[in-house]
Amino acid sequence: MYPENYRYTKEHEWVRVEGNIATVGITHHAQEELGDIVYADLPKLGANVEQGKTMGSVESVKAVSDIFSPLSGEVMEVNELLATKPEKLNEDPHGEAWLVKIRVTAPSEIEALLSAADYQAYVGAE
Amino acid sequence: MSLASQLLRTTPLNEIHRRMGAKMVDFGGWDMPVQYSGIIEEHHAVRRRVGLFDVSHMGEIEIRGPEAGQLVDYVTTNGGSRLSPGQIQYSALLYEHGGFVDDILVHKVANDHYFLCVNASNQDKDYGHIAAHNRFNATVENAGERYAQLAVQGPLAWNTLQKLTPTDLAAIRYYGFTDGRISGAPARIARTGYTGEDGFEIYVPPAEAPRIWEDVLTAGAEFGILPCGLGARNTLRLEAKMALYGHEIDATTTPYEAGLGWIVKLDKESFIGRDALTKRKQHGPSRKLTGFEMRGRGIGRDGYEIYVEGSPAGWVTSGGPSPTLNKNIGLCYLPAARAQTGRNIGILVRGQAVDAVTVATPFYKRGR
Repeated sequence: MYPENYRYTKEHEWVRVEGNIATVGITHHAQEELGDIVYADLPKLGANVEQGKTMGSVESVKAVSDIFSPLSGEVMEVNELLATKPEKLNEDPHGEAWLVKIRVTAPSEIEALLSAADYQAYVGAE
Repeated sequence: MSLASQLLRTTPLNEIHRRMGAKMVDFGGWDMPVQYSGIIEEHHAVRRRVGLFDVSHMGEIEIRGPEAGQLVDYVTTNGGSRLSPGQIQYSALLYEHGGFVDDILVHKVANDHYFLCVNASNQDKDYGHIAAHNRFNATVENAGERYAQLAVQGPLAWNTLQKLTPTDLAAIRYYGFTDGRISGAPARIARTGYTGEDGFEIYVPPAEAPRIWEDVLTAGAEFGILPCGLGARNTLRLEAKMALYGHEIDATTTPYEAGLGWIVKLDKESFIGRDALTKRKQHGPSRKLTGFEMRGRGIGRDGYEIYVEGSPAGWVTSGGPSPTLNKNIGLCYLPAARAQTGRNIGILVRGQAVDAVTVATPFYKRGR
């Protein structure tokens, strides 16, 4: 369920780091808890985001939920697909429905994130 | 399992919801399904076909005796005793100051027997309120434990339910009911609902509810029936502008603010709240329940603050996406002088004012 090469937060974001670029999304567990997602409010291109701080929100039919940035850096790309197809967050949260790509400024921050196995255990126990 | 979840109240269908994979939530102290397949899909099923809801958490109060009608007329705003047996009426229990104890459905079973359907989280308060004002030759029973309630809603609700009963459902008019049988079990069959669609609410013995639930799903399979949760119930009722206690109405709100003046019969002899409402009607309500549509990106949700011309002016009572209209809609309170449709308002969404406009309600009305 949770890709081995991703790292995870307890707030249910995932991150995939390739070089100094990190792709960020929300987890399958997050989308399942939220239900039908209707809107994603994402940071602007070039915005600076900080590990553990709010960088946007995801709204489902019944609730709104903050997105916390898993790493610090600068937003290099925003997934435009989500502006017209927010439901992709329910369908493919670990793939097509990534949220943003960040140029990582503090690579060591990744040490604080959960492995797939740890995250699986965390949501399993939740 | 945590202690808190052990203390939640459950309906007779709890095991079925869990077995069928519903997502369960704590709803006002009840362990209830918020969704099965998804709120939007369930919402569309009810608008286009048929959906089945477990609403057994709702309360029932029975009033019996030679002066049952007088007690009903005294504790409610509408003219319950004027109903004919088999008729149902939307009504309210009020405090002396005119605020809502609850909004309710009054079913007249007979001249000496009334059946009230009340909100789940208000049932004990409602029962206490009615019993405390019972100076009539009538008995009041808090009967919630004796009934499970299922709602079969949607344009194909009739086709679905008719397969399970010899009662001619076409003969039951909107806001009418009859006592009959569903799947062989005794049932009070009412043509009411909280979705804005045609449909039925059936009151059955709790022990029979699981079997009836399965039978309704089987009967509706050919029509594409879906089991539905309280999430879809909320989006459906919002589109139809049906009030939800704790949101549009509460102890600080009179029927006039909420646009429910039509359930107040001031010409009745006397009822609790009558003096306060008479005054309120003379002066007119200071605030009015108003519909809005979002124009900017964002969703105005319950409790969000509203700005008109740069100043705080009111709040959102219920808001969210409308699956039928594919817009973000909501209800709000605004000062009566500023509640006209077509007015630009700002809704404070997470610290930022997002544009919205007031619109006519209901947002959705079914074709007849």
